[in-house]
Amino acid sequence: MTNLLRQLLFPLIAVVAAFIVGGILILLVGDNPIVAYRLLIGSALSWPDGIGYTLFHATPLIFTGLAVLVGFRCGLFNIGAEGQLYIAAFATAWVGITFANLSPWLLVPMCCAAAILGGAVWGAIPGVLKARFGSHEVINTIMLNFIAVALVSYFTQYHYKVPGDPIMETSFIGYGAHIARLGKFIPGLPQRIPLNLAFLLALLACLLVYLFLWRTKWGYEIRSTGSNPSAAEYGGISIGKQIVLAMAVSGALAGMVGINDVMGYRYRYYDGFSDNYGFTGIAVALLGRNHPVGVILAALLFAVLQHGGIYVDGFSEHVTKDIVQVLQGIIILFVAAEAFFKWFLGRNALTKSARAN
Amino acid sequence: MRDVFTLSLIASTIRLATPLILAALGGLFSERSGVINIALEGKMLAGAFTAAAVTYAADTRLHMGNASPWVGLLAAIAASTFIAAIYAIACIKFKADQVVSGAAINILMIGIPGFLSGAFFLSSGSTPQLPKDHLLPQSPVVIAIVILLIVGLIWYVVYHTPFGLRLRSVGEKPEAADAAGVSVNRVRYAGVLLAGVLAGIGGAYLSIGQSSLFTRNMTAGRGFIALAALIFGKWRPVQTMLACLLFGFTEAISIQMQGAVKLPSGEDIPVQFIQMVPYVLTIVVLAGFIGSSRPPKALGIPYQKEK
Repeated sequence: MTNLLRQLLFPLIAVVAAFIVGGILILLVGDNPIVAYRLLIGSALSWPDGIGYTLFHATPLIFTGLAVLVGFRCGLFNIGAEGQLYIAAFATAWVGITFANLSPWLLVPMCCAAAILGGAVWGAIPGVLKARFGSHEVINTIMLNFIAVALVSYFTQYHYKVPGDPIMETSFIGYGAHIARLGKFIPGLPQRIPLNLAFLLALLACLLVYLFLWRTKWGYEIRSTGSNPSAAEYGGISIGKQIVLAMAVSGALAGMVGINDVMGYRYRYYDGFSDNYGFTGIAVALLGRNHPVGVILAALLFAVLQHGGIYVDGFSEHVTKDIVQVLQGIIILFVAAEAFFKWFLGRNALTKSARAN
Repeated sequence: MRDVFTLSLIASTIRLATPLILAALGGLFSERSGVINIALEGKMLAGAFTAAAVTYAADTRLHMGNASPWVGLLAAIAASTFIAAIYAIACIKFKADQVVSGAAINILMIGIPGFLSGAFFLSSGSTPQLPKDHLLPQSPVVIAIVILLIVGLIWYVVYHTPFGLRLRSVGEKPEAADAAGVSVNRVRYAGVLLAGVLAGIGGAYLSIGQSSLFTRNMTAGRGFIALAALIFGKWRPVQTMLACLLFGFTEAISIQMQGAVKLPSGEDIPVQFIQMVPYVLTIVVLAGFIGSSRPPKALGIPYQKEK
């Protein structure tokens, strides 16, 4: 229990520190930080809209947070979740359009498989490149993000757009590929709120990732590769295989964002739909201390901010929704520079003890 | 007619490659010293926004006229170097993960310009339009000469000065450099700050050279293309410049063609495939399919002095 508290303490300090820095920025531009923060956070707590939309926004962030987590646990930095989820979402829509007339019993699993496979394949590419040629996954995933965006934009524009539609989006997927919105089951939650079954899938994915990493041989081998590659290799683990496996699993998780957006929300592929989900996933994983439970908490926090950003934009005088990105950046920077806090707190402790003497 | 078309394509290549060359050469100083620089994008954004905002203020409030873009440029350098300093302290002093900190800087810099322009210009992320005659010089000939001078200077510094030797040795074998009396961290601070200076100029050129205002996320991935060019150019100044020119050329083509490029056989190449070229080439080169591109050995590893 004390261990858990200690795990929670540091991310909490980072978040509070980020809010303080953000508050100073808000003061500097001439607004009241308390008013701005009340708009930012308060709006997420209303029922049904605030809570419904917050959970809806949390869904993709849980998936991408898990994706980055699996990479980190293998010692890999997957900056490519953004590209993986684009490929996956397009693949989902492609299956949903091509086999539009199938029954839901067939089409829903097929579309889910398309999302998972699409993400897994795009994620495995940098894995293979690293395992086979030793080229750095950070560079390759950055490059593959841009390639993915261009590729799906090409297919959307030239092959799957409804003729005459000025918006870059595909035609609709078949009804058989729709998954239910949670409003169908929860009284008081209207179905216009796009929170859907993918949210439950995200929670399930957290459990599965936990079981996979900490309760299976594969997970053990991935974590060994991440914590000490040379010892792992000495112990007979094939590092290359773990890298490819971890990147494929990571990509598959990122790909599930496609299930949420295409099958549960828009019912089509919409070009540029991702609100930086892949990059926010980095923040989610880091703040969640690379643990599935932490990922859920961090995803909820960022979802609250994302939802509140709209209200800040509408109701405050100077502060715009950009404050969300600013807070996110500061949080990651603080989490990354954990040593900064240790140094800062340690220095204070030193001066205190010096005074006591 | 044909000649005019070619000339304008060359001019546009030079114009588009300029910010890439500046940012990539900045990245070269940082990476050659052993510090990964995926934050070039964020630094360019800082430079681009500050340049446009300060030029506007200098022009309208202080009535500095023709001098205002130069004030804007200096402010851009200061802002981008400030961001680089935060990055340097996080990575070098506090040994934070370089990729994570870089990603943080990039996310932060998507937010900050929008936040500030919302507050100061009551806009949704862009600065007001600047008058056309209060911008940095845009003549391709002038730019080409300046760029060649800068590349030449950097080549000389990296290969023919004591600082360049220290820079390279710190990025390859920090222990050996340390043993020879070089302060590893001081050289790395210099490398990262120089990256800030150059990326800031590159960003400024985007907003007050190529265009006349800052728009939301105006770099649109150019910081990453610069990073790609640095890798494609094998972390060497002249090759990196050539890579930037190649990537600038692909951008020039995709702009000039407005949609699709016609092959002599009459078939179209969709613009998306031309946009992919820099990224695909970088992956191919990094994997060693066309020659090999080997990063500095100590890239990304914080230096821990032995006690």
